[in-house]
Order: sequence, then structure tokens, then C-alpha cells
Amino acid sequence: MPLSRRSFIKISSATLGTAAAGGALASRGFSSSRAHGQDPGTEGDRVVPTFCELCFWNCGVLAHVKDGTVTKIEGNPAHPLSRGKLCPRGTGGTGLLYDPDRLRSPLLRTNVRGSQEFKPVSWEAALDEVAGKLIRMKEQYGPEALALYSHGYGGSWFKTLMSAYGSANIAAPSFAQCRGSREVAFELTYGMGAGSPEWTDIENSRVLTLIGSHLGENMHNTQVQDLARAIERGAQLVVVDPRYSVAAGKARYWLPIKPGTDIALLLAWMHVIVQEQLYDRDYLERYAVGFEELKAHLADKTPQWAFARTGIAAETIVETARFIAGGRPGSLIHPGRRTAWYGDDTQRGRAIAILNALLGAWGREGGFFLPAAMPIPAHPHPPYAHKPRPAPVVPGGQVFPFASSTLAHGQCHASIPGTADYDIKGWLVYGTNLVQALPEESKTIQAIQALDLLVAIDVLPSEIVGWADVVLPEATYLERYDDLHAPPWREPYVAIRQPVVDPMYDTRPGWWIAKQLGERLGLGAYFPFEDVEQYLAERTEAAGIDLVELAKTGVIEGPKVPVTIEQGVQPTFPTPSGRIELYSQQMADAGLPPLPDFTAHEEPGPDQFRLLFGRAPMHTFGRTTNNAFLGRVMAENVLWLNARRAQELGLAQDELVTLVNQDGVRSPPIKVMPTERIRPDCVYMVHGFGHDAKGLSFGRNRGVNDTQLVTRVAIDPAMGGTGMNVNFVRIERAVA
Amino acid sequence: MTTTTPKAQGEREPRYGMVMDTRKCVGCNACVYACMNENAVPEGFGRDWIVSETRGRFPTLQMEIRSERCNHCEDAPCVSVCPTGASHYGPGGIVLVEHDRCTGCKACMAACPYDARFIHPDGYADKCTFCHHRVEKGLDPACATVCPTESLAFGDLDDPTSKVSRLLVAHEHKVLLPEAGTLPKLFFLT
Repeated sequence: MPLSRRSFIKISSATLGTAAAGGALASRGFSSSRAHGQDPGTEGDRVVPTFCELCFWNCGVLAHVKDGTVTKIEGNPAHPLSRGKLCPRGTGGTGLLYDPDRLRSPLLRTNVRGSQEFKPVSWEAALDEVAGKLIRMKEQYGPEALALYSHGYGGSWFKTLMSAYGSANIAAPSFAQCRGSREVAFELTYGMGAGSPEWTDIENSRVLTLIGSHLGENMHNTQVQDLARAIERGAQLVVVDPRYSVAAGKARYWLPIKPGTDIALLLAWMHVIVQEQLYDRDYLERYAVGFEELKAHLADKTPQWAFARTGIAAETIVETARFIAGGRPGSLIHPGRRTAWYGDDTQRGRAIAILNALLGAWGREGGFFLPAAMPIPAHPHPPYAHKPRPAPVVPGGQVFPFASSTLAHGQCHASIPGTADYDIKGWLVYGTNLVQALPEESKTIQAIQALDLLVAIDVLPSEIVGWADVVLPEATYLERYDDLHAPPWREPYVAIRQPVVDPMYDTRPGWWIAKQLGERLGLGAYFPFEDVEQYLAERTEAAGIDLVELAKTGVIEGPKVPVTIEQGVQPTFPTPSGRIELYSQQMADAGLPPLPDFTAHEEPGPDQFRLLFGRAPMHTFGRTTNNAFLGRVMAENVLWLNARRAQELGLAQDELVTLVNQDGVRSPPIKVMPTERIRPDCVYMVHGFGHDAKGLSFGRNRGVNDTQLVTRVAIDPAMGGTGMNVNFVRIERAVA
Repeated sequence: MTTTTPKAQGEREPRYGMVMDTRKCVGCNACVYACMNENAVPEGFGRDWIVSETRGRFPTLQMEIRSERCNHCEDAPCVSVCPTGASHYGPGGIVLVEHDRCTGCKACMAACPYDARFIHPDGYADKCTFCHHRVEKGLDPACATVCPTESLAFGDLDDPTSKVSRLLVAHEHKVLLPEAGTLPKLFFLT
């Protein structure tokens, strides 16, 4: 267990509050006076439903409040994403609320950028400062000089502000640095992405294939619940991962593939499935185009061919291909989530999408369901007066034909003066720590140094906040209202986020900050409500939703609708052909491979390792690594290193090492974890550690920030994603 | 929510136990955090914990993940060694510590084969109570309630219709350190 640290949860061991929902059963007819004192007294005297913001899945929670303090957070049994259960982060919301490092008042920078030196000011002064600069920026450069980076549910208010101001430069690292290539690949193939939360019907899968997806460590509550239900029902797993992941530990087959060769395996699997006619012929005839082109393309992608590239034996490839096809209907190749790896990630995503089509998985039970959303009209506002210029373009630079969202790093690099056809001069940064989220940190800093204005809206003093000119401290998700949440899902629903307790310190909710800025910019008409409660009342009324009931239960489900072909849905494919495009004419027209091609990627040298990184169930990258409560089980990351290689290097468990990447960048010391659970040619760490912001008293200097070692990226020509698995490190024993 | 039928006054006491499904558990620690929150477990301690065991050599490996805690043994050495009688069998066979009567002498910690106990900063021996305060109200322990994989089932081992009994009838299972002879009531499906 971890060492004792300063306690931050203040819970009195007073008497019991009222029973929670479901606790209405009579006492068990026995009692023991000696059992007194066993009750920790964490039951709330009030229980407030809302939804979580520790990650972006947005599970429904019930927050217990006792004497004005949030004592515990439980899953809301009525919410379709949590079903009464939570991952560690959901429980750990109190660690965010009571984080002693929280931003407490608006701040103005007092020293050079990045000095992390600020003075507290009033909201009036901070908002006037920001608004004054935004007015001048618009006069001088036009509204498009302002960019927003936003990651988190409360960002919606600032997107409204941006549209009113006249800029479409809105980006999130969740596209080009995360799941963008997968979304684009599915859009090209099926006409729609895989969704977030993903529309996978894992619960009903008979065979689930995870290729580079470490579900269970990547802890998305509903998906992990579905995985467990599938295992309970006897579903089988095929796991392809250079690391023996938790899911691999439950798999019928674990294929420890050479990193960067997934496309070869996927093509060989399809080769076997097509050659042996194991695919879903009726489904393809009904819904797909391009099968003959695919068949011809696969002819030479034999298991022997793939063995030479992936290191997976040909007979294993044949056996697993048959096994996967044998599971259909109900055989699902998981689309993955963060897939910004090698620069050919859209093609890799296409290979996954096409294989799913061969299995007849899209729209089918045990595959992907076709989601439904609760219809809720937008809150009315005047039309936007200005049609913004498109995102800045680098003259003669690469154009990404399928970039369906703005590229966060592109928006960043366009802030380096003179690189693009117009300069971005100001950033609003909502809830995303760009310094850790974007690769090539030196370019991010270069861009920041050239800005006229950097405003950070956040809850904690992360690295990006340290670079800001003005800091606007937001109330946490437990202290504020946000917009209604009604994502496309298996069952249509609407959920509410509402304050559990009043905002601590001098913090304000995002809606209020955006509205205040809007009014100062003469854009108050785009925030046509006194307060958010009026906004929510009008929006729910327009949708015919009972707000009082919603506030009481946290979630209202709409009528069940069919979501699979088996349930009677006629699938539609909003592609140019109106069908599933196995062969992509769109890709061909853009000069890109219409069928996925395998490309060999550079491999590590004899003393190098490929640097891989991923997720842990108790953390959402750098967002939660200052949360001392979540840090109780995992306070730092460690370096996974193959046990044999560790022995060769003479490294023992917990020994401190420094990583040196191919460009000579050196990491701070990190502990080694020699393990049999990883290939000898790569190392692995959990992303999000190694903070250096001085205000993060818990997370600072714990573990290593992998981003600092990502000095090279492989750009995806289809959608501009930044492949980050192309960096190599040497391991040196750290000097004490 | 409940896994057992409440018993009317005068009926037999239940015999509480827990069944942990190693096949479904992903080791996410949700149980550990929920317990810390529910029971205001002091920093640096845990009443439950995750054990992840890997066997074999790359690439031929096997892994077992367990959520562990006090086994609430039927022949509990922590109870028999306790010099003050603070450690005792509570309702339903839940092993409890009466805080006021405990002197923090650590005899129970030495006796426990499962290393399930620690000394609370307030001076008494502390450990998993199966969330006795929740069970009294007909709720499951916090760990079983939160678990996203439903790997933890709690209930009456003597009730053949309870979820725990049905799981034990239907699946292969084991206990940890059976050789200690303490008759543990935490069962693991394998």
C-alpha cells in the first residue's frame, strides 16, 4: 500500500443519515449492540443526482452530502451508462472537489509567460481584461484570430461564445491526437463514426477481438460492464497487443504482435476469411460495395506474408481468422479509441471497419448497434452575424481531405507567426492541458510565446494554466449546472448536471463565465437567459421533458426504439454510394489507398525500445494525476520492461532509470517494472504523469510525462492525425 | 441490491460470505476506492486490495486478478487470540472489532493469515466489516455495489437460493490459504 499522506476528506464519524435509495428493506431481525461504532457515517442527508466529468464518458452519479460536505459518490442505478456502478474515477470526484491545489480566484500574470506567477484579481477585473483584449484582437486581425481548445462537457458555452464572436477555430486533442483516425475510417466505410460512447454491443458478442485496445485498463464504465457480461455468458476474446494486457489475461488467444504491423495481420485475417468464404455473403450483397476489389487486393496478403511482418505464426493467423469468423453473427472487432500511432492509422481503422463488414457486424446484435438520441431542440438564439474563414492553411502545406474536425496541433502551429495564411493571436483553453496533450512540446511553447492573449479556464493549475495571461477558475462539475446531455445511445435518454454543493472559493460555472464575456463583447443576445436554470427550463420545456423530475432522478429515458437489424432497423449508410464502402472511391479520389495498404515502419535499434503508452483505470491522463484520493493506489507511472531485457541491462524492480529518446531528450527518473507481460522490443508507461507545474502539489514530479519524449510524429495524410508511437528510447540507469 | 431475503424475527441468522469472480475482474480498483470512500478509510490504508498474479514466461502467460479483503473466517484466529474480546463474531458471522475495547496490541494482526488488518490512526485494529452498516439496511457492501464487472457477490451462504450459493454450486472455486484451517468465507471463482 502507498505511504500515508495528508488526508483531505473531512468526514466526521457522526450518526447515520437517511437510508439511500434501495435501502428500504426492513432490518434483518437481528442486531448486536456490540456492532455500534461500525458505521462510518458517510451516508448523505441529501443525495443529488448529476453526471461525472472525471472522464468524458459522463456516467450518472449520486452524490451524498452531509453537513454541506460531499461524503461519497455512487453510481446512479437509473443512468444507462453507469447502471449504478462506477469506475475508480467516478468514486474519486471528491478528490477533485476537495483538491487543495484548486484554482481559487481569477488570476493575472505578473511575470514573463510560463513563470507561473500571478496575482489574484476580481472577476470584474479579469473579465474586463479578457474582453478588452478580445475586442482589440477582433478589430486588428478579425475574429478568426481567436481559437478555442476545449475538452470537457462544459466547453459548450465557450463554443457558443466563439460562434457569436465569429471564429470557427475550435479544436480538441481528442481528434488528431486520439480517436480521429478511427472516426474518419468508419465515416469513410459506413458513413458514420464509431461514436463516443462507442456503439459497440459487446454485451451480446460471441467473439470480441481487441486489437490495440486495452479495455479494462482503458476504463470506460459501460464497455467494461458489457465486457464482463459477455465473459459471464461465455463470449471468447482474441487480443492483439504487444503487451499482455488485462484483457489478454482473459483471452482465448493473445497475439503479441510486433508494434506497428496491425494492418498486415488484419489483411491476412481477411485473406483467410475471403479465401475460405467465411464472410457474411448475404450481408455484403445487401449492404456493401467493392467486394471484388477487396478480394483481389487480399490475394497476396497470405498468412505467411503477414508472419514475416507481424511475427505471428501463419497457422495462428489462420486459426484465429477461422475462430473470429466462426463467432458471427456476433463477432465484433473493437474499433479501438486512441489510435494516433503510426501515420497510417486511417488505413488501419479502415481495415478494422472492413473486417467488421465481412463479419456482418455493423448494425447487428453483438456487433455495433445503430444508436438513437432523445430529440431536444437547441435553445434559440439570433443567427450568427459573421461567416468565419476556414481554419488557417499553411501555404504549400499538406491538405488533409478527411479531417472532419479541426486539428488541435494544426491550430497550435498556425499560432507561430508567418506559418499559415493567417495568424492565430489568441487562445481560450478550456479544460485541456495542451502542454501534455499535444506532441512536440517545444512547438507548443513557441506558439504560446507568440500569442497576444492566452486565457485558461480550468479547475487546477495545470501546465497550460501556468502559461496563461489570465486564469478564470471554473467551479467543478459537482458545483455547477451544464447543458443537458442526450448522446446517441442504445436507449435514448437525457441527463442533467446540477450543483451538488455551492461553488467553493471564488470560482464560477462555465456558463456564467461565457455569458459574462459575451455581454462585455456586445454578444449578450447569444446568451438569452438570466441564468442557466432559465436556459434549462426553456430547453426541457421545448422538448417536453419534466425538469423537476429530471432534477430528482438525474436521468429520464425516452421510449425504447429498435437499434439493430435484428430488431427491425433498416440500416442506412450516408456514404456517396449509400452502401458500406469496402473499396473507398473517396480515398482513391484523394490520391490515397482505396483499400488498406501495409507500410513497414522504422524499427528500434538494438539498444532502443519503442515507446508505447496507454491508460490506467484510475486516471484520465493528466487530469486526475493530482487527485490525491485517486493517487492512493496509483500515484506515479512505472516503466514496463521485458524481464529478459531488464536482466540483460542489470535492472531490478523499482530501480530508477532515465529514458533518452532518438533526439537526445532525457526523461526524469522513472522506476522500472521488469515483467514477462511485454515484448522485448518496446517499453510501456501510463500516460498523464510527470507534471511539473508548481501548483500541482500532489502530482508534481511523480513519474514521467511521455509527451516530452514524443518529439517526432507521423502525420496521417487522410485526416492529419499525429502518430506518436514512432519514438524510440534508450534506457540509462539514473544517476543518484 | 440485496442478495438475500431478509429474515423475520426469530429465524436463523444468515452466514454471510462473498464470492469473487476472478474471470471477470479487470483489477480496476473500483472496489478499493469505493471502500475508502464509504468507510472513510484513513490515508495510507486499505480494507480491500487487488492482487494480480502472472505465471509463465513471455509469451506463454496466465494471469489471475483477485479483489481481496478479510475472509470473515468461521474459525478466526484474530477472534481467538484477542486478549480483550474486542474482535468478535458479529451478526451473520461477520468478524468485527469493537473499537472501544481494542487496545491496538496487534495480536490479531500477527494471527491473521490474510494480512487483512491494520491499526487505525485512532488506535484500534481495523479491517473490512462487509459494510455491516449497509448490510443492516439490506444493502450490499460498497465494493460489491460499485463493481463494474459484477465480480463481487455478497450474501447468505446457508440460503441455497442466494446468489453466492448459486455461484458456488455452478462454478469451480477456491479459497486462499485453506491450509491455515480458518474456514474462510471469501470464495474465488476460477
